[in-house]
Amino acid sequence: MSYSITDPSKRQKRVAAFLVIAYAMITLVPLLWVFMTGFKTPPDSISYPPKIFSEPSLEGYVNLFTTRTRVTPERLAELPPPENFAQEIVRNRDMVIAGKSKYGARFLNSVIIGFGSTFLSIFLGTLAAYAFSRFKIPLKDDLLFFILSTRMMPPIAVAIPIFLMYRKIGLSDTHLGMILLYTAVNISLAVWLLKGFIDEIPREYEEAALIDGYTRFQAFYKVVLPQAATGIASTAIFCLIFAWNEYAFAVLLTTGTAQTAPPFIPTIIGVGGLDWPAMAAGATLFLLPVLVFTVLLRKHLLRGITFGAVRK
Amino acid sequence: MAQIRIKNLRKDFGDFNAVKCSTFTIEDGEFFMLLGPSGCGKTTTLRMIAGLELPSAGEIHIGNEEVSNLPASKRDIAFVFQMFALYPHMNVRRNLSYPLISQGMRGKDVKAKVAEVAKILNIEGILSSPVGGLSGGDRQRVALGRAIVRDPQAFLMDEPLGALDAEFREHMAEELRALHDRMNATTVYVTHDQLEAMQMGDKIVVMNNGVVEQFGTPQEVHDDPATLFVASFIGSPAMNLLPFTGAVSAGQTELRFDEGQFVIPRMLEGGQGELVLGIRPEHVSLHDAGEFRGRIVTSEYLGTTQVVTLDTAHGATKARISADIDVQVGASVALQFTPDAIKIFDKTSGSVLASQRDQVRA
Repeated sequence: MSYSITDPSKRQKRVAAFLVIAYAMITLVPLLWVFMTGFKTPPDSISYPPKIFSEPSLEGYVNLFTTRTRVTPERLAELPPPENFAQEIVRNRDMVIAGKSKYGARFLNSVIIGFGSTFLSIFLGTLAAYAFSRFKIPLKDDLLFFILSTRMMPPIAVAIPIFLMYRKIGLSDTHLGMILLYTAVNISLAVWLLKGFIDEIPREYEEAALIDGYTRFQAFYKVVLPQAATGIASTAIFCLIFAWNEYAFAVLLTTGTAQTAPPFIPTIIGVGGLDWPAMAAGATLFLLPVLVFTVLLRKHLLRGITFGAVRK
Repeated sequence: MAQIRIKNLRKDFGDFNAVKCSTFTIEDGEFFMLLGPSGCGKTTTLRMIAGLELPSAGEIHIGNEEVSNLPASKRDIAFVFQMFALYPHMNVRRNLSYPLISQGMRGKDVKAKVAEVAKILNIEGILSSPVGGLSGGDRQRVALGRAIVRDPQAFLMDEPLGALDAEFREHMAEELRALHDRMNATTVYVTHDQLEAMQMGDKIVVMNNGVVEQFGTPQEVHDDPATLFVASFIGSPAMNLLPFTGAVSAGQTELRFDEGQFVIPRMLEGGQGELVLGIRPEHVSLHDAGEFRGRIVTSEYLGTTQVVTLDTAHGATKARISADIDVQVGASVALQFTPDAIKIFDKTSGSVLASQRDQVRA
């Protein structure tokens, strides 16, 4: 039993736990619904009253990755027996698999563009933040303000000029174009967040490294970078989430080669009715990389920065 | 190990002049104290010797080399930071190895050297621990280890004991001094604690407002302060400074002002106008009869001695006398000063007027 006045009482702990769980439920229910819809058959997904539990089916995932054509029952009967579960599911609906859908390619585009722009934002952002934090730069405060000012309007406000410029210089619908665009939006966030983290790292560490016979650049990557890992990880998560989920620019600037998953997923709807399970399956898979990335970096998020090696 | 010579060193930060024209020499193997109140330029001076700041003007010689514009990594010195600055993402062994790796030393030799240093500092047991969990004393030892592992030309220490608990500080100060005597390493040590400086230093430089006020052994600085600032900064309690208006001339051996008459060391230098008589509390004695009198205000009991504060016509005066003497608060007593210990300062310039005693010492 604790009598400390700073420790919460049992009652306070229970209330806090209840609130946290209630909030988690509210935010998680839509995700759970998406996840469950992905494993329903199309009729189950639109049945009324809604079915919470139904026979699990992979039809949504099969439909997500394939294109199908309807065939007559006579033609269906002539076909050899199905080679795998996917063909079997499709034939139950009087259809055959015609080919691969574009989901895989779009997903890959999202990975390339999302991680590419995150890497670039963090790379440039760390160098810039270090310079802002450690060196005397003329007009430093004005430059920092200027960098932040790019976030003072919604990025979509400049969509039309960017669309026209990109078309002119041939960056429309290219991976490079999207990576540059997302980097431009993310870099101000990265510089500001990382500057805060680097400011917190005592200069003495670098000075110690300088005296121990290292150059400034060695001191930067051997001493400062490991200390900034926490900040870099959390900044990377923010950058990735933005680039991964961005929809408006992606709709406007990508149509084919470089189209990312967010504008593609809604197009699944349409051919022969509303295929909710396929869409839910697409959304579920789309969530996974960010989830994995966040869980992988969680260790860094929770770790203290200096580990108490400096007495404050 | 090497001698360090500082010549006309100056540092400006924008309009602020942190160090003005410092000149002094640190002999090979000396334990050298840079002492002064915060903001006096002592840390800036140390950082210039280390190469962490570049001087605005002046020269720094380490050994036979002029280093004032060399980067820190080329100066072959070690620095112990007040906050230790151990690399937090490395364990103790890696922290100690780090300065050796930068020199391209082979792995086997690094290991042997680290083991040797760990033995000297008695930290063999914690070599594999992360630095985060260490106690203040162990961190201090690791920081010292990282400094001595490379056998540098000189050790620079920026208030290395400042982050330790008072109790432990004394112990660590002894350890540090013993380490210095054993390695006979040129050491420059920055502190604002005059007791620490007196206790550990071979030589002391007292700085104030970017100016070197005095340079000498602890005894010289304590017994023969060169300026009013040193007189008021060194000693606990500090020197009594009694302002008076009058004149002294060379050859004079007696001083008279108001109701008091004092025997003073024979003056070699004269002065007049606003003067200050300086006397350390331990050289003030209390008597029943005498001309220069004061009223006892308080008495602080310090075990073997007591510090008595008296109210005199020339301001508060402290006397450090034996604790056996019974003092009555409110009583009027006569003060007598040990003649040899009296200093006369010129108030305007702040410097002491030379007397025969200074010459005897010199």
